[in-house]
Amino acid sequence: MLQTPSQTVGPYFAYGLTPEQYLYDFKSLSNNVLANPLDEANVVNVVGKVFDGNGDVIPDAMIEIWDTQHQRFGRFGTGTDPQNRFIFHTFKPTSVDGQAPHLSVIVFMRGQLIHSYTRIYFEDEVELNAQDEILSTVPVDRRDTLIASKNAAGYEFNIYMQGEKETVFFEI
Amino acid sequence: MSQLIYNTFDYEVQPPRLAPDYKSTVLRAPSKPLVVVKQSLSELTGPVFGDFNLGKFDHDLTKNSIKNGEPMGERIVVHGKVMNENGRPIPNTLIEIWQANAAGRYVHKVDQHDAPLDPNFLGAGRCMTDAEGNYRFYTIKPGAYPWGNHPNAWRPNHIHFSLFGANITNRLVTQMYFPGDPLLQYDPIFLGVPPKGRELLISTFDLSITEPNFALGYRFDFVLRGHQATPFENV
Repeated sequence: MLQTPSQTVGPYFAYGLTPEQYLYDFKSLSNNVLANPLDEANVVNVVGKVFDGNGDVIPDAMIEIWDTQHQRFGRFGTGTDPQNRFIFHTFKPTSVDGQAPHLSVIVFMRGQLIHSYTRIYFEDEVELNAQDEILSTVPVDRRDTLIASKNAAGYEFNIYMQGEKETVFFEI
Repeated sequence: MSQLIYNTFDYEVQPPRLAPDYKSTVLRAPSKPLVVVKQSLSELTGPVFGDFNLGKFDHDLTKNSIKNGEPMGERIVVHGKVMNENGRPIPNTLIEIWQANAAGRYVHKVDQHDAPLDPNFLGAGRCMTDAEGNYRFYTIKPGAYPWGNHPNAWRPNHIHFSLFGANITNRLVTQMYFPGDPLLQYDPIFLGVPPKGRELLISTFDLSITEPNFALGYRFDFVLRGHQATPFENV
């Protein structure tokens, strides 16, 4: 049988997929709190923006993250943050299955006919990153696009759809 | 240890990332080649949802946001099956649904279309497939609406869907269209799909599920990425 073709999520996904975040009267199945920083140790903020080919911040992207280690899923639209960031509160993963700690990421937006897959690695995992099988598949000069930088508030990970800093997207 | 390897996107039916007639792809589609990676545990797992996640009327968009009356428009019932490429039904699949109302207006705050909102219709819902991969929900047939892609551009009637199969590898977001819609031939989002895949996005009128004096029935099946027939040895 032939796969059902993918179509864009469009600009108006919010009330269906992220309703509570956008203050619609419909229950959200997922949000950006994969672990509560008040209840759990080792919870970090992962924050970033999504940029288009002109370098403009994309205000209507939807980001999903999947943490296979903790079996946690999160979803956030960039439309409600004043700076159009995505923000996740989540466990910092550790190494699973010999891979460096990472979060799986799926990127949706108007203008994407198929969603994009990427990964968030962490800059303070230098040794594990150097041995990671998936990162090793990526050309050396593009690996940095997959590595979140650490700051006082947590980790920052920006997604560039195009251009010199274009994030590595995966065919999985 | 043997490992199931899922098929990748089949570009004989999947749209390209860059489709210039759909203008928004020009600055938003990745421009560099995708990096092909081996599927690992991260790709072969994903979130699990169940009926316990759903509200009582989540599967009925004609009821789930009633304020003071019935929603306006043509009531329809949509059903179908979720399968993988091998024809195997996918039970327990979460299907999320969103759409415009009968007048072609989205509830979304930035939709500027000069058509009325319906106080009794949000246009959002969700359902799960049963043990045989079947799903069913009620809604109002969505209207066409204008958009800014090109002069006199109108989106054909469509319903948006988001599906989670067994793992993030077969995540799918798509749109269902209606048979005989004259706008399909002008829609760059629909036409972004190669000709071989287009018919797969069009539902069929289904008299067998049409309910007398109540709702017209449509059938729409989903086929998610399946695994390769022969499991590979993971060396």
